[in-house]
Amino acid sequence: MEALDRVVKPKTKRAKRFLEKREPKLTENTKNAILIKGGNANLTVTETLKDIYALKKPFAVLYKKKNITRPFEDQTSLEFFSKKSDCSLFLFGSHNKKRPNNLIIGRMFDYHVLDMIELGIEKFVSLKDIKNSKCPEGTKPMLIFAGDTFDLNEEYRRLKSLLIDFFRGPTVPTIRLAGLEYVLHFTAMDGKIYMRSYKVLLKKSGCKIPRIELEEMGPSLDLVMRRTHLASEDLYKLSLKQPKALKPKKKKNISHDVFGTSYGRIHMQKQDLSKLQTRKMKGLKKRPAAKMTEEDEGISQKKLKSV
Amino acid sequence: MAALCVEELLARAEQRAAEQHRSVAVEKELELEFDLGNLLALDRNPPPSMPRAAGAQRESRLRSLARDNTQLLVAQLWGLPAGRAEGATGPLVAQLPEPSYRLPREKPLPRPRPPTRWEQFARLKGIRRRKRTSLVWDEAAKQWRRRWGYERAGGDPARDWLIEVPAGADPNEDQFAKRLRDKREKVARNEFNRLRNIARGALPGRGLHPTGHQSRAELGRATQVARVSTASLGRFQPRLPKEPAAPPPRGGKKRHFEPLLGDLAAERSRQLELLRGLGSKKPPLDLTRAVNKQLREEDAQAAAGKGRKRGQRGKRGRQRPGGGKGPAGGKGKKGGARRQQQRPAGRKRS
Repeated sequence: MEALDRVVKPKTKRAKRFLEKREPKLTENTKNAILIKGGNANLTVTETLKDIYALKKPFAVLYKKKNITRPFEDQTSLEFFSKKSDCSLFLFGSHNKKRPNNLIIGRMFDYHVLDMIELGIEKFVSLKDIKNSKCPEGTKPMLIFAGDTFDLNEEYRRLKSLLIDFFRGPTVPTIRLAGLEYVLHFTAMDGKIYMRSYKVLLKKSGCKIPRIELEEMGPSLDLVMRRTHLASEDLYKLSLKQPKALKPKKKKNISHDVFGTSYGRIHMQKQDLSKLQTRKMKGLKKRPAAKMTEEDEGISQKKLKSV
Repeated sequence: MAALCVEELLARAEQRAAEQHRSVAVEKELELEFDLGNLLALDRNPPPSMPRAAGAQRESRLRSLARDNTQLLVAQLWGLPAGRAEGATGPLVAQLPEPSYRLPREKPLPRPRPPTRWEQFARLKGIRRRKRTSLVWDEAAKQWRRRWGYERAGGDPARDWLIEVPAGADPNEDQFAKRLRDKREKVARNEFNRLRNIARGALPGRGLHPTGHQSRAELGRATQVARVSTASLGRFQPRLPKEPAAPPPRGGKKRHFEPLLGDLAAERSRQLELLRGLGSKKPPLDLTRAVNKQLREEDAQAAAGKGRKRGQRGKRGRQRPGGGKGPAGGKGKKGGARRQQQRPAGRKRS
């Protein structure tokens, strides 16, 4: 228990619960995100941050004030914010002449910056510009990435991992099939990344699987990748490490063959086959030896007599 | 006539079925990769490139691409094992598998904390924690009271209006003050031990105190670790002016042999020591010490290896007269060898 191993022990149960929520665990909490405005953030950037906050609602914090920092030069203030609010994802928006409508999306490992990617917003359509019904807050979105660039290019691969981490939401064991209302679609095409959000309408089709119709709902962004600050390979590998306790335990002594038959193995002790318990057949029961010889004699005598 | 009608009907039915299936079928060059635990689909097909498409055209093409991909993902999700939550009329709910796409953690793996001094001792002896009952019978109040806290069994010691002076104590001493002092000392000692456990838990490389209040031993250990952490494992590290010289290398894989015609005096003293040892009546091996060491090792092994069931073996083993053979014959090479060493020594001397 880390909370009780500190030099200054927590004095109240509430403080102890607070510390226990923030300490490293085997299965972690859902990642929270902080959305920060930079020194000069214009309307586009502010609207984008507000819309993304609406998408990530219970698992995000939107900072209202402007913070004059430059994440690519000095990461200490971002790390300080992350530590204070226990958030491991961040989205920093700023605007200047050289980099207009700038968004820096990043994540932290152990309250230190792991990856940061700078994206420029070329076109933005906000939630309130599209006039139709929206899906409820806190819905888990479906994520789709289209385009081979997301696999071939190293930076795009990290961006894909970052976006999945950002928009994933809590991990759930079951999901209500009728509640799949919302899909985020990212396409990498012609050097740009198109992010679109659609509301999913499930229409009747003849078979069990419904036919999908999409309706444009949410914020749509056209992004272009600018600078990146990616973690080194070994740090990234360290952050990917999962605890051994969570690995699914392999069931021993069970094997499967090509046809799908499963075979099990049982280990037995050495058996004395002469003392095996089999079905009893009275006719085959071994009679005592004396009786046998008497009978033989009796039979032979009878034979003699008859003859 | 009837046959034609039947044929027509069948053909129409088939057509309708094909249409319905077509409505949910999607053609793709490469199959998509799915991670249903994250509701994720990855499409590897190169997107239709539209460099000069206008806004609306591009939007519609993106939307059709999204529709196709979403259709495939939903088809996969509908293929999962599903059940009805909350009885037969509840909503249809699917069981999601574990997410397979590896994402980095937000915090490093939790480190197991090092055992405290008491925990190490308890592990060695095989002492287990006894679960205490939460309520204790209070004879005076004739009811079940909690062990400590509000209205504890045995009364609140701080509220005693009378303390008997114990037999061997000074009659003029203030017992109330003494009780208060003792409690304060106990609390302080407990806190001191807790902090010492935390400090001890920190390894020399890991847990150096930032403001420099280390003990001499800790600093020595830290310098040792620093010295050895070079590429040549500290072999060519120059020593500081007042640092003690390196300890002579102990025999590793290569044994160290003395030169043939070296120090004659040392050789003589060594030979005389040997003769003295052979000639003396006292055995070179202290039997009781050796046996105690062996028993302690056995305690530790029994407690750690065989687990909870053999916890009390340590205590039983101790009570047996010294020199008793352990419960199991083959404990390991060391134990066997030591026992064999003991036996000839005993026999020679008896």
